Amino acid sequence: MDLSSLAIFSPVPTSSNSIAYNRKFSCSSEKYAGLELNEDKRLKIDKPLDANSLIGAEPHYRTVKNLLLWNVSFIDVVLISSPMGMLGLPFLTRNKDFSAKVYATEATARIGQLMMEDLVSMHKEYRQFYGAEESDAPQWMKWDELELLPLELRQIVFGADGTEFGGWMPLYSAADVKACMLKVECLKYAEEACYGGTLIIQAFSSGLEIGSCNWGISGPKASISYISSSVFSSAAAMSFNYQALQRSDVILYSDFSSCNGLDKFDNDDNCSGAAGNNYSNLSSDDVNSEGHDTLLNDEEYLEEMEKLNFICSCSVDCIKAGGSVLIPIARIGITLQLLERFAVNLASENMRVPIFLISSVAEELIAFTNIIPEWLCEQWQDRLYSGQPLFSHVEMLKDGRLYLFPAIHSLKLLKTWQEPCIVFCPHWSLRLGPVVHLLLRWSADQNSLLVMEEGLDANLALLPFKPMAMKVLQCSFVSGIQMQKSHHLLKILQPRHVLFPEILRQHIGPLETVFSFNYYSENKMVHIPYMKDSELDITVELACQLQYTTLKQQDMNISRLKGELMIEHGRYRLHLGNDEQVSSHPRPLVHFGRIDLNNLLTALQKLDMNATLEEVTGAAGSHKASRIHVSEPSKAMIEVIEAQTVISAADENIASVISQAISGVLDCI
Amino acid sequence: MVIECLVLGAGQEVGKSCVVVTINGKRIMFDCGMHMGYLDHRRYPDFSLISKSHDFTRSLSCIIITHFHLDHIGALPYFTQVCGYNGPIYMTYPTKALAPLMLEDYRKVMVDRRGEEEQFSSEHIVECMKKVTAVDLKQTIQVDEDLQIRAYYAGHVLGAAMFYAKVGDAAIVYTGDYNMTPDRHLGAAQIDRLQLDLVITESTYATTYRDSKYVREREFLKAVHKCVASGGKVLIPTFALGRAQELCMLLDDYWERMNLKVPIYFSAGLTIQANMYYKVLINWTSQKVKDTYATRNAFDFKNGMISGGFSLEVFKQWAPCEKNLVTLPGYCVAGTVGHKLMSAKIPTQIRLDEDVQINVRCQIHQLSFSPHTDAKGIMDLVKFLSPKHVILVHGEKPKMVTLKEKIQSELGIQCYLPANSESLCIPTTHHIKAGASDAFVRSCLSPNFKFLKTNSAELDDSHKRTMPLLQVYDDRVSEGILTLQKNQSPKVVNQNEFMEALGVEKHEVKLAHCFRVYIPDSESGDASDCLPSTSRKGSLLHLISEKLCRELPDFDVQDCQEHIQIQSVVVSFCSNEKCPHRTGVSLQSVDKKEVHFCCSWSVADDALAWRIVASIKNLELDT
Repeated sequence: MDLSSLAIFSPVPTSSNSIAYNRKFSCSSEKYAGLELNEDKRLKIDKPLDANSLIGAEPHYRTVKNLLLWNVSFIDVVLISSPMGMLGLPFLTRNKDFSAKVYATEATARIGQLMMEDLVSMHKEYRQFYGAEESDAPQWMKWDELELLPLELRQIVFGADGTEFGGWMPLYSAADVKACMLKVECLKYAEEACYGGTLIIQAFSSGLEIGSCNWGISGPKASISYISSSVFSSAAAMSFNYQALQRSDVILYSDFSSCNGLDKFDNDDNCSGAAGNNYSNLSSDDVNSEGHDTLLNDEEYLEEMEKLNFICSCSVDCIKAGGSVLIPIARIGITLQLLERFAVNLASENMRVPIFLISSVAEELIAFTNIIPEWLCEQWQDRLYSGQPLFSHVEMLKDGRLYLFPAIHSLKLLKTWQEPCIVFCPHWSLRLGPVVHLLLRWSADQNSLLVMEEGLDANLALLPFKPMAMKVLQCSFVSGIQMQKSHHLLKILQPRHVLFPEILRQHIGPLETVFSFNYYSENKMVHIPYMKDSELDITVELACQLQYTTLKQQDMNISRLKGELMIEHGRYRLHLGNDEQVSSHPRPLVHFGRIDLNNLLTALQKLDMNATLEEVTGAAGSHKASRIHVSEPSKAMIEVIEAQTVISAADENIASVISQAISGVLDCI
Repeated sequence: MVIECLVLGAGQEVGKSCVVVTINGKRIMFDCGMHMGYLDHRRYPDFSLISKSHDFTRSLSCIIITHFHLDHIGALPYFTQVCGYNGPIYMTYPTKALAPLMLEDYRKVMVDRRGEEEQFSSEHIVECMKKVTAVDLKQTIQVDEDLQIRAYYAGHVLGAAMFYAKVGDAAIVYTGDYNMTPDRHLGAAQIDRLQLDLVITESTYATTYRDSKYVREREFLKAVHKCVASGGKVLIPTFALGRAQELCMLLDDYWERMNLKVPIYFSAGLTIQANMYYKVLINWTSQKVKDTYATRNAFDFKNGMISGGFSLEVFKQWAPCEKNLVTLPGYCVAGTVGHKLMSAKIPTQIRLDEDVQINVRCQIHQLSFSPHTDAKGIMDLVKFLSPKHVILVHGEKPKMVTLKEKIQSELGIQCYLPANSESLCIPTTHHIKAGASDAFVRSCLSPNFKFLKTNSAELDDSHKRTMPLLQVYDDRVSEGILTLQKNQSPKVVNQNEFMEALGVEKHEVKLAHCFRVYIPDSESGDASDCLPSTSRKGSLLHLISEKLCRELPDFDVQDCQEHIQIQSVVVSFCSNEKCPHRTGVSLQSVDKKEVHFCCSWSVADDALAWRIVASIKNLELDT
């Protein structure tokens, strides 16, 4: 689901009533006056677009454009790689023709479910405000209304190429989510799920988020790896297990993260020569060990830690100045890491500032994080083995440094509320839930701080809250494989063929690789050139019964093979068939090659037959057939025409002896 | 190809589980336990049998530990830190978390209490555990290119697992200890249906058949309640971590129901720390416990309080008073205090060591919940997995013999019970690997329907109703050609592909026979002087076809007006006086009652064809 599409809708309390809303919190609205935008926000001000031009209706969501054009009953398997990648799933599963198997890791399924439930419950606010939606096509979707929208919004509604209007869907219901979850088959990392006997499907940690994964799919014919956005040394989730993806036939490279921040790499000197020629003189082992070092160096991890520390110190500064901190971040791993850091930093500063985690699923989410050590990064797993609690938030909850609340208006929250404070809440493009209320409350406070993940159109996202006095800190966390690392990665993985997304074409350039590659793009079927035979296991019992013959011409042994083919756990296996059948239906013998008449004559004579050769010519004198007449021991005739030989005999025995002699001069099987 | 199985411990005994299995050249050590009943060299498995040179790292591919009980892991720090094994070690997450507690506890008891010489230090334990790779259930681990292992839920204690190991086509399961019935905090063992050459299973209760556990639980609670009600104290020594949690859940529940206020004390340290792990690792408990984690973690006991002390110390104090109650675990290893108490009659005296002897007058209650499977469970598992061979370990010999016979007679599976230091070889499955062309696979997968008509005339009434008139068969028999060429792996193709690849043409070899049959004039004389008319020919052919139908019920006899076809055999009238297939006596036919039949067939149907020829020739005798 495309969550950025949410931004074209207006949050529930529109700017006109937000003032009233603010009064309730006894916050003066005068602060709105004459404020300037913070410079590091990099906001472009576009004239016609303002808070009032946002669509005031219950949001619809943009999903995969051609989802509706698909015959969903043709889908056999759906693989979910991350909690975020699951949000659109109910759109698919609620289709009555949907019958595919859905696989996701246990952690992805759980976190994804909580996110969907949160999203659905956030919509209640809209329903209360606008009332239930009456028809499928709401007012804003009518043409005349759409034409009145500012250009920026129209572009989002119709997509860059104007074809995306059909992809807008009203949100699914809680019942849809529930039904959807029943269709999800949960897996552990590296658990083998067998689909239909032929495909072995395995999820391997990708490091992006707790529970997120890449996929290995293997069948008797070929193996395919799907690489989604992956992080080598993850700060929270179990790290990218790339070794498991080694030596697949095809890699479907689906990490788009590097196309966002590519200009950065261009300026970076480190990456310029890394693409591959450096190692060309080394043996493959050396390349691999070097490659592993390059992939696993902790630069990325340290950088990430630095970013988190920076957020912490900014937050502490802001609190010191009397402001509050709002951290709407969708990634649970980041939230957990920040909580850890705040626990340390606040204690070292000797500050007692409450931290609130506000979400309709906050409690479930935190409870869940406490029981999933198997899905976490090594650093956190080590805590388990050394007997410490996994997370400091267990302690923080106990001694009142951290509070979990389902919603901003819960009575308990109002009782414990205290400012300055630090608030974590879901992101939802700053349109749904607690983040809206808190932004309205703090946007005018220049001491307060909003921490946001980069990659969102900040101008549009912050539109309803303008003018903003609040500081905004945008940061990008590691969310995929850096381009120069991906070269090393592919070298180590040794695939035969790689499929890159079309949009990476310009970044990939001419590659000197041992593998072949091509590009894929939306709505285009890609055919991968076929690689090899299927693998077949022949049971020893059957193999023992094989009778080999050596071909006369080629240096080759051949044998007829007959058995029962089974597909067991992704492998073809040929078993000894039912014995009775073998005897009652003798297989036809096949002869091939040409009959050498002289050889045949000699063979017959060796068998004590009296045989003479007669050439029959046709009317035009052309050669028609050769006949061998046998007179002793009993009469028989052999007629050889091109690729056919006919034996005529009245006596069964002599016929059989002759046919054996013919088999002797021909190749047969 | 064989699997070699070297039993280093728990062969015909309970204690120091350790089996070294060699599958297609890969050597795996399953468990590395110690025997609690011995203090001399017999407490450890005889590792020297693995490698004379003591180069264990090279001679073993990996070690797999099934759970954290000392008789399964007790010798591990010794083996890694003292004997120098440095290779990979696998165990589940809970085992990795809880094992150091067990090992450290044991080390303390040995060194601090018994004043024994240290076999391994605390540091050894820490260093040893660093070498361990934790695994999740069902996670398939590729130890190296050929060796694959996988853990399955075993129930027995938190984190207990059965392990599947596969090298090439040979695969085994080593069960460790397991429980086939769920208890209060753990689920029942769970495993996939696998293709196995060997299952190595525990057999602690090889001959025991247990009834419902509720009765046993009630008895236990009654005994405890009676004791505390009359002012006594209850000591529940739980040798095994996990039992403590199970009994606490049971008591906690009962206390709440009966509104009892009598305090329950946990022995400090081990249980409390372990309990923290139980909370974090709740996913490894039973489904019921798991489902409640969001509301209340089941391991937050309400009635528990904490104090220090070891059960043996407490036992010394409490044993002499008859008001008190001591419960004993279901299974006590020979040589332990528990074992002595089990066989003793109260009042009695028990010698703890050389100079300590205590009077025992307290009540004894033998707990009969055990986290081990009973004989039915073992049989069920073996039947479910249906391996080609079974090895029993971790049991007592006489009982194991009984179970072995049962497995062999009831399940028809070869079963063995090797003693310690014995080695056993078991043949394995092996498949020949070949490449298969797409056309071959496609031809195998495409349906091969056969329609058999039931001849309703032949059936009596009762059959008519039950037998459908048309039966459809889909016998997919795969046929192809296996080719072997030097320096190439075997390849399977279908016939056409083969011909094409070789660039040869099929050469058809057919047989033919044209023969004379004398048709007696069955009809009235008026038609006798004409040549057989077409209609007569037709009816004659039909007659033959019916006859063949009767005689060859397994074949599809096709009556095609001009000829009859059965498989490749074609039978038709022959009016060609010079038919090349007429061999033998070729007298010109003068008798109008003589008819020539020409048959031709391909080599494959030779036998059938001659039967048909004989049958038609018989026509003159029949009619």
